[in-house]
Amino acid sequence: MSSNHLPELAADCIRQALAAGAADAECTISEGEEFSANIRMREVESLKESGSRAAGLRILIGKNTGSAYTSDLSPEGIRQMVAAAIELAKITTADPHAGLPDAGELGAIPGDLRLYSEDIAQLETPRKIELAREAEAAALDADPRISNSEGGSFDTHLGRNIFANSRGFLGEYRTSYCSLAAVPIAREGESMERDYWVSMARRFAALELPADIGRIAAMRALRRLGGKKVETQRVPVVFEPRTASSLLGNIFEAVHGESVYRQASFLAGKLGEKVASENLTVIDDATTPGLFGTSPFDDEGVPSRRTVILEKGVLRNYLLNTYTARKLGMKTTGSASRGLTGNAGIGHGNLYIEKGAPTPESVIASVANGFYVTELIGSGVNVVTGDYSRGAAGIWIRNGELAYPVSEVTIAGNLKDMLMNVEMIASDLEFRGSTAAPTLVIREMTVGGR
Amino acid sequence: MLGWSYMAFSESFFAHRFGITRSDLESYLADALSRGGDYADLYFEYLSTSSMSLDESIVKSATQGVSVGVGVRVIAGERTGYAYSDDLSPEKIRKAAKVAACIAAGPAKIDKTSLEEGMRRNLYPVLVSPNETAFAERVELVKRADKAARDYDSRIFQVQATYADNLRQVLIATSGGVLSYDRQPLARLSVSALARQNGGPPQRGHAGGGGRVELSYFLDEKPPEYFAVDAARQAVVQLDAVEAPAGETTVVLGPGWPGVLLHEAVGHGLEADFNRKQVSAFSGRIGQQVASPLCTVIDDGTIRNRRGSLNVDDEGNPTARNVLIEKGILRGYLQDQLSSRILGEQPTGNGRRESYEHIPMPRMTNTFMLAGESDPGDIIRSVPRGLYCVNFGGGQVDITSGNFVFSASESYLIEDGKLTRPVRNATLVGNGPEALKYVSMVGNDLQLDEGIGICGKEGQSVPVGVGIPTIRVDRMTVGGTA
Repeated sequence: MSSNHLPELAADCIRQALAAGAADAECTISEGEEFSANIRMREVESLKESGSRAAGLRILIGKNTGSAYTSDLSPEGIRQMVAAAIELAKITTADPHAGLPDAGELGAIPGDLRLYSEDIAQLETPRKIELAREAEAAALDADPRISNSEGGSFDTHLGRNIFANSRGFLGEYRTSYCSLAAVPIAREGESMERDYWVSMARRFAALELPADIGRIAAMRALRRLGGKKVETQRVPVVFEPRTASSLLGNIFEAVHGESVYRQASFLAGKLGEKVASENLTVIDDATTPGLFGTSPFDDEGVPSRRTVILEKGVLRNYLLNTYTARKLGMKTTGSASRGLTGNAGIGHGNLYIEKGAPTPESVIASVANGFYVTELIGSGVNVVTGDYSRGAAGIWIRNGELAYPVSEVTIAGNLKDMLMNVEMIASDLEFRGSTAAPTLVIREMTVGGR
Repeated sequence: MLGWSYMAFSESFFAHRFGITRSDLESYLADALSRGGDYADLYFEYLSTSSMSLDESIVKSATQGVSVGVGVRVIAGERTGYAYSDDLSPEKIRKAAKVAACIAAGPAKIDKTSLEEGMRRNLYPVLVSPNETAFAERVELVKRADKAARDYDSRIFQVQATYADNLRQVLIATSGGVLSYDRQPLARLSVSALARQNGGPPQRGHAGGGGRVELSYFLDEKPPEYFAVDAARQAVVQLDAVEAPAGETTVVLGPGWPGVLLHEAVGHGLEADFNRKQVSAFSGRIGQQVASPLCTVIDDGTIRNRRGSLNVDDEGNPTARNVLIEKGILRGYLQDQLSSRILGEQPTGNGRRESYEHIPMPRMTNTFMLAGESDPGDIIRSVPRGLYCVNFGGGQVDITSGNFVFSASESYLIEDGKLTRPVRNATLVGNGPEALKYVSMVGNDLQLDEGIGICGKEGQSVPVGVGIPTIRVDRMTVGGTA
C-alpha cells in the first residue's frame, strides 16, 4: 500500500468541514487489499485479488449531526462528501447527548500491538493456492466417506485505518489477516453432512497447518453422519467452544449500550446485581497484542482497554461509546465501532469467558443424559426478553460419553436462566477469533425434537 | 405485461457520465480474455445510498454516500478469476482485467467481442427515484412512524424508525456479446417498537416494507402509519404471550412473510451451484416428489416494483418466472452463467451479486407458493391443536443436510380450531426435502411480503421477496419450552 497522503487527506476533510460551517467533525479513511483462493475437488475454483479505499465523514452543527461517505477520494469527491454531510445536518434533530469525546479522553495505546505482519504481504500466489489445496486434500484423504467437498480456501486481507477528528486526534494503524479453511462433505447411505474448520491469524506463521485443518474438518463432518431427532426433553446442554462463543454474542447484545439505554435488554438496570452463575466471568479486552479484537484506539479515537463485564456472575460493566455513556451518565469503555458512515455504534474487542479448571472431557463426563451442541443455526434469540430458541445439531451424551449424532432439533430456554445455570466451565479456552469461550455446560434446557 | 423497448447505449448512465464507449468495453473484454479465458464480463456499478434514523423521537442520524467501481470476471473451464477497481480510469480497469485474466494460461482464444444492444423493459418505471427527492420529505416518514406507533397504545415506550433508499446504476458487458444497463431504485421503511405494562418486562414488535418504488408509495399506498401500527400491535400482543410448545406439532402459516419457509426449506437448496457440486440435499432430485401435490413453488424476478425484481440479473441476463416445484415435483434449479455453462442449461436470470466487489452466484429473486383452494378460516378450524404463525424474524439453512430453521416472532396457539393465546418467540426446524411433504391444505389467499427481505449467502447480501398463501403443515418441530 502506497497511499501515504491518506492521513493528510483525513486532516484536510476535517478542515474543509469546519470551513463549511461544522462545529465538529470526524473522518474515517480505510484502505484494504484482499486476496482469496478457492480450491474444490483439488482444482482451482476461483482466484480474486483487488484493493479499494473509501472515506467517511460525520459532522456536527450545534447538536445536529450529518454523515456522508464516498469511494471517490479525488478533490471533487471529497468536496461533495463534505457538502453532503453538511446538508444532512439540516434535517436531523438536535440531540442533547450528541458530540465527540472530550479531548482528555482521546488517545491510543502505545507500543506495537502486532496487528500487522509483513509475512502475509510477502506470500506468493502459488503458495497461497497450495495451502488451500493441502487443507482440502487433507480432508478428502481423511476417510473414504469424505467423497465431496465445498472446498478449501485461503484468504488474506491487508488493511489500513485512519481516523481524525476536530479535537486534534489523528491516528492510524495497519492490520493483516489470513485464514485457511476446509469444508468437506461426508456421505454414508442417505445421510450427507457438511462441516468446516478454519484457522485465522494476523501473521502467517501463527496459522494452523493445512493438514490439521483438513483432518479436523473431516472429523467434524464424519461425526455428524446418521444424525437423528431425539424425543423432546429437558436435559443438561454442553456447548463446545465454537457454540459457547455464540453465547458471548448474545451477552454482547445484552450489554450493548444502545440496548441498555433503550431498556431493550434483559440486563438493563442490573449493574452490580448477580445475573449469572458464580463461575462465569466475562471480559472484553482490546489490548492483547496480536489478537483479532485488538486495536490501539476505538472508532472515536478513545484508547482501547480491558473491561470486566461479568465478574463471578455479577454484572460489572456495559460496553459503551461516548454517546451511550452520556445517555447513561457513565464513561465510555472505548467500545465505539463504526463503518464509514453514520454515528458510532458499539463493538467488542476480544470478548471471552474466563477458563475453568476441568478438562472438556470431564465436563462431558459429568453429564449422565444430555446434549453436546456442535452447531447452532438461526437467529432465535431475543435480548429484550432473554428468550432463546435456536436450531441445533450435535451429539447425544449417554452416561458421560458422546454416544450418537443428533440433528434437526431445537434448544430453548431463557438467557436469564441459562446464565444462572452455567454449571461447569472447562479449561480449553483458545482465541481463534474476536470471541472465545471454553466448553461449558448449562444445567437444563429444553431440547425440542419428536 | 410490460413492453420491451430498444436499448440505446449512448444514452446510458455510464456512457453519459463517464464517457465509456462501446469500443472501450470491447477492448477491456479483450484484455480480460488475453490469457485464454472462455468467457468474461464487466460489471460497472454506481451506487448512491441514503438513510435516516429516528430513536426516542429524535432524528439521530442521517447519512448519504456514493460508491463506484467495476468488477471484471473471467471464466476458464470451471475456474473463475475476479478483480475489481474503485477507479474507472482506463488504466485501472485494464489492470483489473489483466489480473482476472490470469485464471487462464495460454494464448487468447477469442479475439474480438461485438457488443449488441438488446431490448429493454422496465419493471420499475420509477421516474424520480426516492434517492433523488428532497431529504425533508423523506425524513417526515420516520417522524410520522414514531408518532403513529406511540399513539397506537400508551404501553408503547420506545420507537425506532429507519428509512433507507438507494439508486444503483449498472452496466454489464459480456464476451457473449450482451450489453445491458439498468437503473435500480430501492427503498425501505422499517419500524420497531417496545411495549411494557405495569413495570413488567418489555416486548418488541417489528414491521417494515418497500420495494423498487416511487416515494409516493410511502405517502399513498403504504404510509408510515401502516408499518408503525403493525410494529406497535405486535409488541402489545407479545405482552400476553405464553411459552411456545416444544416438539412436533401441526403448524399453520399465515400468508405473506411466512413464505420465508420456502426461501429456507427449498430455495437455497435449489441454487444451481450447490447442485452442480452435488452438495445440496436436493442434488439429483429433478423429477422427484419433494413436496405434497398441493405445492407449486415459483421464483419470479419479473414482478413489477417488487424488492426482489430485476430487469436483468447482475450478469446481464433477463430475469424470468421459473417454476421450481410443480405440484410437488422438483422441476428446476436457479441458474447463473457459470453453472448453466457447466450443466449445459439455459441461464434463468438468477445470477446476482452484492456489489462490483463480488463474484456473482445463483440467488433467489421473489420466491412464493401458488394459491390453492382452501379457505384460510377452514384451515385454522381444521386443527385441533397446533400453532398459527404470522410473523417471522428470519431463517437459515444447512443446504447439505437440508435442515433449516426460521424464527416465529408472532404466533398463536390453535386449540379446537380456534386461535387462543399469543405465544413467545420460537424457532421452527425442519428438513428441506421432507418438510413440504406434510403440507395438507393450501389457502386461496396468496400474499407477497411487504418488501423487507435481505438474503445472505457466502457473505453477500441481496434484496429478495417471498410469498405464500395460508398453509397447513401437519408436522413440524417447534423450539419452545412448554
